Parts: sequence; C-alpha cells; structure tokens
Amino acid sequence: MTEFFFNLTWLIPLFPLAAFALIVLWTNRNRLLSTWVAWIGIGLAWILGWTLFFLSGREAHSLTPPGGGHPVPLFSIPTGTTLLRLGFQVDTLTGLMLFMVPFVCLMIFIYSKGYMNYGREDVDPRYSRFFAYISLFACGMLGLVVSDNFVTLLIFWEVMGLCSYLLIGFWFDKSYKDPKRITPKQAGLKAFLTTRIGDALMLAGMLLLYSQTGTLTFREIFREETLHTLATSYAWGQVPWATLCAILIFGGAVGKSAQFPLHVWLPDAMEGPTPVSALIHAATMVSAGVYLVARTFPLFVAVEGGTQLAVVAFIGAFTAFLASTIAVAQNDIKRVLAYSTISQLGYMIAALGLGAYVAAVFHLITHAFFKALLFLGSGSVIHGVEHGHHHTHHHPSEGEGHGDEREFDANDMMNMGGLLRRMPTTGWTFIIGALALTGIFPWAGFWSKDEILADAWRVFTHGGEFGVSMGWGFFVWLLLTAAALLTAFYTGRQIFLTFAGRPRTEAAAHAPESVPSMTWPLVILAAFATVLGLFGTPWANRFYALIGHQAEVMGREIAHGEFNPTVAGISTLVALSGWLIAWLIYGRKPLLVPVDPLEKALGPLYRWLKNKWYFDELYMALIIRPAIALARACYTFDDKIVIDPIVDAVGRFGRWLSEWLKKAVDNPVVDGAVNGVGQVTAWLGEFMRATQTGQVQNYLLVAAVTVLLLLAMFLIRTWGTWSVWLAFLTG
Amino acid sequence: MTLSVSHVIFVVLSATALVGALGVVLSRNLFRAALFLVLSFVGVAGLYILLEVEILAMIQLLIYVGAIAILIIFVIMVSRQLMSPQYRAWNQQRPGGAVVAVVLFAVLAFVLLSVTWPTAEAAVPQDAIARLGRALVAPDQFVLPFEVASVLLLVALVGAVVIAREK
Amino acid sequence: MQVPLSWYLIVAAALFCIGLYGVLSRRNAIAILMGVELMLNAVNVNLLAFWRYGEVARGTLAGQVFAIIVITVAAAEAAVGLALVIAVYRARRTVDVEEVELMKL
Repeated sequence: MTEFFFNLTWLIPLFPLAAFALIVLWTNRNRLLSTWVAWIGIGLAWILGWTLFFLSGREAHSLTPPGGGHPVPLFSIPTGTTLLRLGFQVDTLTGLMLFMVPFVCLMIFIYSKGYMNYGREDVDPRYSRFFAYISLFACGMLGLVVSDNFVTLLIFWEVMGLCSYLLIGFWFDKSYKDPKRITPKQAGLKAFLTTRIGDALMLAGMLLLYSQTGTLTFREIFREETLHTLATSYAWGQVPWATLCAILIFGGAVGKSAQFPLHVWLPDAMEGPTPVSALIHAATMVSAGVYLVARTFPLFVAVEGGTQLAVVAFIGAFTAFLASTIAVAQNDIKRVLAYSTISQLGYMIAALGLGAYVAAVFHLITHAFFKALLFLGSGSVIHGVEHGHHHTHHHPSEGEGHGDEREFDANDMMNMGGLLRRMPTTGWTFIIGALALTGIFPWAGFWSKDEILADAWRVFTHGGEFGVSMGWGFFVWLLLTAAALLTAFYTGRQIFLTFAGRPRTEAAAHAPESVPSMTWPLVILAAFATVLGLFGTPWANRFYALIGHQAEVMGREIAHGEFNPTVAGISTLVALSGWLIAWLIYGRKPLLVPVDPLEKALGPLYRWLKNKWYFDELYMALIIRPAIALARACYTFDDKIVIDPIVDAVGRFGRWLSEWLKKAVDNPVVDGAVNGVGQVTAWLGEFMRATQTGQVQNYLLVAAVTVLLLLAMFLIRTWGTWSVWLAFLTG
Repeated sequence: MTLSVSHVIFVVLSATALVGALGVVLSRNLFRAALFLVLSFVGVAGLYILLEVEILAMIQLLIYVGAIAILIIFVIMVSRQLMSPQYRAWNQQRPGGAVVAVVLFAVLAFVLLSVTWPTAEAAVPQDAIARLGRALVAPDQFVLPFEVASVLLLVALVGAVVIAREK
Repeated sequence: MQVPLSWYLIVAAALFCIGLYGVLSRRNAIAILMGVELMLNAVNVNLLAFWRYGEVARGTLAGQVFAIIVITVAAAEAAVGLALVIAVYRARRTVDVEEVELMKL
C-alpha cells in the first residue's frame, strides 16, 4: 500500500500545475470557479502530501537521506554514453517538506480569496490570474522537494523564480509619486536579477559536479565512494572538488534565501500582494535555499573541516545579525517582517554551517508556519486599514498603498495603532506569531531557535562534527544571540506600534476586522505555531528521528541536541529583554504621534539602519551603474561603431555589386545575348533578304551557277580524277 | 582530216553567227544590237543550209529575220531610251554572268569533245519537204504538237494584242 | 558530211553561252529578249545537227519538226514578251529591268 502511494508522488506537483493550466485556459473569467480550481489543486496536493509524510515517517529508518528515499523514476534522457535518469523520490526530508509546504500553501490560498476582495466591488481585476500564478508556484515548490536529481530541481527552482517575478510585479501598473520608492515592476525585476546571480553560481556548481561524477541524481552523487573521490580530488591548488561545488551550489541558496550579499531583493519584494509575501517570501521559496543545502548536505561535509562549512556559517550568522539591525528602523509593517525573514533564514543557514542539520530543518518548518501567520496577519491589518481609509475618504482602491493625492500608505505602522480592539482575531493571532518568532517558551520558535543556539554553543565548547572549528561555534552563537535580542525588540516594537494604544489615523480608527476566509487561516496557523515546537523538544525530538540518521549513513553521528539550560536561559533572557525594551519605548506610553523616539535616540545610527546599511546604494554605484555604462559602451561600440557600419557597408557593397553585375554581366551578357539573338536574326534576315532582289536576272544567275555546280558534280563523278581534267586541258 | 570546202564554209558561217551574237550582247547601242541579231540569224540560216535542211533555213529567215527581228526593231524604236543620260547597258552581274558563260562553255566543250558521237552516214531523201509536211499533219506522227503550236500562236497573238493595247 | 558533228555542237554551245551572257548581264528588256532568241537559235542548231548526223538514217523527221516547233514558240514568246515590254514602258516609262523590281521583298 505504501508502494502505491509512493508511486503517486509525481501527482503532487501535477495537481497545482493542472489548476494553473485550467485557470489560464478556461476558468479565467469566472472568479469563483478559478478559486475553487486552485483550492482543489492545492487541496489534493495537501492530502497526498500528508499521506506521504505519514507513510515516510512510519518507514523512517529506511528512508533517511541520502541513501534512502523511495525512488519514483520518471524518465531517462540519453546523453551521449550515459543516461540522465530523472525522477521523484520521497525520503524523510522530503516528507517533512511535504508536511509543511502544501498545508501552508492551502492556508494562504484560502486567505487569498478574501484578500483579493472577492465578492466586493473593489475585487482585483486580475483575480483569476493571481490564483493561476500561485498554483504554478505551488507546483514549482512541490516539484522541488520531491525531485531526486539536480535537473528537475533546477527546473522547479526556475519555475519558482519566474512565479516570484510575476507575483511580486503582480500590480505592475502601480506607480508612486516618490521616485525613490521602488515600484512593483522594478521590484520583480530586482528579485529576478538578484536571484539570477545565485542561480548562475548554482548552475556552475551543478555542471562541475556533473563533470566530475557523470551523474546528476542525488542518490548516485551522495554515495560514499563518489563523495570520497570528490573530496580527495582537487580542482586546482588545494581546493577539492567537493568544496568548490558545495560553495557554488551554496551560491544559489544565498540568492534564493536572500542571504548577504544577495539579500537586497527580499524587502523590495514586499511590493507584491501580501499572500505572495507570505507564501513565497516566508514559508516556501526562500526556504528552498535552506532545503537545497540540506539536501546536498553530504557534499558540504565531504571534506573534513573544509572551508565550505565556514563560508556557510559565516554568511548565515552575519546575515542574521545584519537583517535584525535593519528591521529595527523600518516603519513598513511588511518590511519589518521581510528583514525578520532574512534574519531567520540566516539562523537556518548558520545552523547548517555548523553541521546542525536537524536544528536547521526544524527551524525551517516552524518558521514557515509562524512567519506565514505573521505575514497573513499583517495583510489583514493592511487590508483593514485600507478599508478604513476608503471608508473615510470614499476613494476606490486597487491594492496596497496606491497613489492617491496624499499617498496614504496603509503599510506604514505609524498610521496604525489601537488595532487590537478593532481587529481582535488578527491581533491575537499576530501576537501568537510574534511570541513564536521571538522564541518565548513554549511557542514553536523557542524550541527550534534554542536548538540552533544550543548546537552552536556545543560546537564552541566541544568542537563540531565534520571538522567545524570551535571559533565558528562561538561566532555563530554570539551573533545569533544578538540577533535574538534585536528580533525580540523589533517584533515588540511592531506589536506595540500596530495594536496598542490609540489609532493614530482616521483610517486605523475605522479599520474593520477581516472576512472569515482571511481570519480562519490565521487561527489555524496560530494553532500550529503553538504546538509544532513540541515535536522537536530535546527529549523527544521527532525531527531527529526522521532525518537525523543521515549522519549514521555517512559513518558519523549528528549529536542529539541535548537540552542545555544555560543556553536556553540566556536566550530566554535575551528575548524577554528585547520585549521589555520595546515595551518601555513603545508600549508603556503608546505613541500618539507618528514619530519614532528611536530616531532621536540613535541619531545617525538610526539613519544608517533605516537605509539598510546603504547596501542598495552601494550596489547601485558599484555594480549597476558600471554595468549600465558598460552596456551602453558596448551598444555604442557594437551598434554604432561596428555593426551599423558593417551593415551599411554590406548594404552598400550589395548595391555596388549588383550595379557592377548589371553593367558587367547583365547588360553585355544577358542583354547582349537577348539582343544578339535579335540582331543575328535581323542580320540573317537581311542577308537572306538579299536573295530576294526582285530581279529576275539575279535568280537566273543563281540558277545558272547551280546548274554549273551540278554539272561539275556529275562530271567529276563520271570522269573520276583530276588527271582526266589535266589530260584534257593539256590536250 | 583533210580540209575541204565544207569546212571553210562552215567556219565562215559559224563566224558570222558568232560574231553577230557577240555583237548582240556587247553592243551598247540597242539598234546596232538588233542588226547584229539579224546578222546572227543569217549565219545560222546558212548553217542550216550546210546541214541540208533548206526548208528550215527558209523558215528561219522568214520568221526570225522577217518577223521577229523586225518586231524587235519596232519595239526598240517605240521605247527609246537611248538618249537619256543615265542610260546604262549592263547591270551588276556583268562579271558574274561572264564567268558563268565562260565556264559553262568550257564544261560543255569538254563534254562534247570527250564523247565519241555515234554518227550515221546517210543521205537526205529527195522528198524531204513532202515528208516534213506529211509528218506535221499525220495522225501517227506530229499532228498533235503541230495543232498545239497553232493554238499557242493564236493565244500569243491574242495575248500580245491585249497586253500591248492602249488602255 | 565532212564537218564533224562536234564542231556544230561547239558552235551551238558557244551561241548558247553568249546568249546566256546577254540574258544575265543586260539591263534592257529588249536586249534580254534578244539574248533569249540567240539561245533558242543555238538549241535549233543542236537539234538539226543531231538530226542530220543521226536521225536521217532512221528516216524520221523528229529533229526538223522539233526545230519548227521551237521556232514557233520563239515567235510566240517574242511577241508576248515585246508586248509586255511595251506595256511596262507605257506604265513605267522605262525598259530597264532593274527598275522593275516589284517582286522584291
């Protein structure tokens, strides 16, 4: 029976894909039908996904990655002398993802109905298209997690990249009066191009891997002999192939998971509709990078104490810290969450860099739930504020933060306040999400975050497996703890600014609670955010049971995350401190005016944080402007100096050639031939006509000559030889 | 071959005929040419007599000289063009024609001299003229050509009148 | 019959060729007719020579008859021909055959 279900793995990405196709081709006009088609698509994927999750959980011992996994071969592509085998597989890692992904997607799909204003007069005009896009995206993510080889992984990776672009730029006709504000169209492009850089590195890594191993199937690459070969053969110098490939593939994760230095696209991606932010940029797509590293983890640990893990750890930890600092000074409710996401992803990446495989995946799963919850909650808040705004100003709306005469920004927390009373469901679920995020016991975030911190501390004190040095352990632990402090602070700030006190604007004062299709998913997700953590407690770590045995396959053991009360204590203290400071500044005397006291307190530091450490400006000056200048130079050189002249020259040459041919060939030869025929005929005619003189005597002469000739013929024949003539002549 | 009188007479008569002929074709003056033509006819008539066909010699003189040559002279006089300044006697074929004539003569002479002619010695019968008359009208001899020739003359007569008539 | 037949034939041939020259080379229509008459005369000489030197023995008179017929025809032809010359002269005021080239293409 298990066999039967595993063989149906290929259906999981197919259901939402079919939904996409159906909506695009047929149900586009009918909004209700499109909604149901999308819901059924993701619903079926969810049912099958949970089935496979439970089945894989039951057979965990035989399905641990990398060697395990129930393969479902799809088809083989002949490539020269070898075959490229493509297929799907379900191992425990995949099973975990199948638990999280389709369910969170389903919640968001349900939420989207209300968010896109279905049934109201201000329904989004491209409503059906939205559901089509998110269905396609779901197909991409689901296909990614069930892939058993790099090829299909890459394909679905790119599908997600495409959908991200389409969905961020969903309101592509939106523009702002302030030229500094990035428009959805630009944001989509920025996201796509930035992740492209990562994708290019990843592709390079894959190609090198293929060149060294001759295969792209995970199972075959992660065999011990293969890994050993990769670890001991050197690309150049002292760098083994495994390290090189690992770092390159990690490049893709850096792009997709918005880690430093490719983190710049995620905050601007908030220009897209909030369900998109929740779906793609919190729960699923950005975690694809983490999933990638987790999936290719054997490659990362093939070389003992290699630089690849150090790179991963550093980037993860640094990003976590960086993002959390920036979040402190953001006023847009979604941007705070965006930086929070970047920061949390940094946690996961850092954990992987330390070899804390299980902790990273655990945090991945829990983060998906509470971050989605937070985003959806923020969407609900924004929606409410917008509706309140229109209520009071009677303006037709088209989406978030649209440009009216005064450019009322519904995202700006400074325009909110006191919303707990007006939107209780939204408010309380949001608070639950915040508690999970900041790692307060017993919410989910506490367990997963704490495990990461505990693992980091352990690496620091005992040294890590896979040759990770203690120094890295400390570095990671320090930065992540600092980030935790800041996380708690900015999250508390967010809560107090949004929900506490009194409304600071008319819009907030009239904000209604959202429709049930939006609030129910919030409630469900809040429930998960509360209880999920209990599956990963150090005493009964189901996650370890599922995926922790991987190391055994490789001859090593990933340590159980034992409960470390010191670390737990420190992290709890840190979190509570953050909340306290936030309460002191924003909660005790809730702001009545939209001025952030932090601004005065921190001064220039505040400006530095608010401007995101000026990364965008740096990139613009260092990379984008030179690239554009280079493009322009190339254009000038190519088109104006080289290509245009060449084309013109070719054109001129062609004309000259044809004229020359006309003069040299066409006129004399062809015309000559044609005219010649005529002339010869005319000449022949004149010649022949000469015989028709009309003069009888001429005819007579001709006749006489002819007679003579005939006579001569007769004579010569009759009399034979010249000698006879001679004889006659000489008598 | 011994030279006898007949040879000499032959040569004289032939010379007359030939000289006359040459005069015809070489004279610029048409009238003189006509007179040379008469001379040539006379010479030919003489040859006829030498050939012992006196009746034809008579006919020759009567018809040719008496009728045809006179007719020619009359026509020459009617269509006088001799005094016009552009009068030209010969056309462009003059050299060509001369060549053809000479060559033809050469060929014919060659042929004639190369062949041994089968001749039969016989005398002309006394009643040759009577025989000729009978031959012309005898049904089993030459009455048909004779009658046809008569019709031809009639037709030529009528035709010539019609053609030369004043409109 | 002491004169050899071939002499007569040679004279006839000469006469013929002279007449031919006249026909081919003269411009005047009447001169051409005179050439034709010469040729016909030559033919007659030939005929009668052959009659005398061959046919007489057989007793037939074909040669003579033929010669008579030839003379008849020559007369008829001369008549008609001269009538034509007169007609042409009346129409064209010329007897130069080169100027009567209406059959030219």
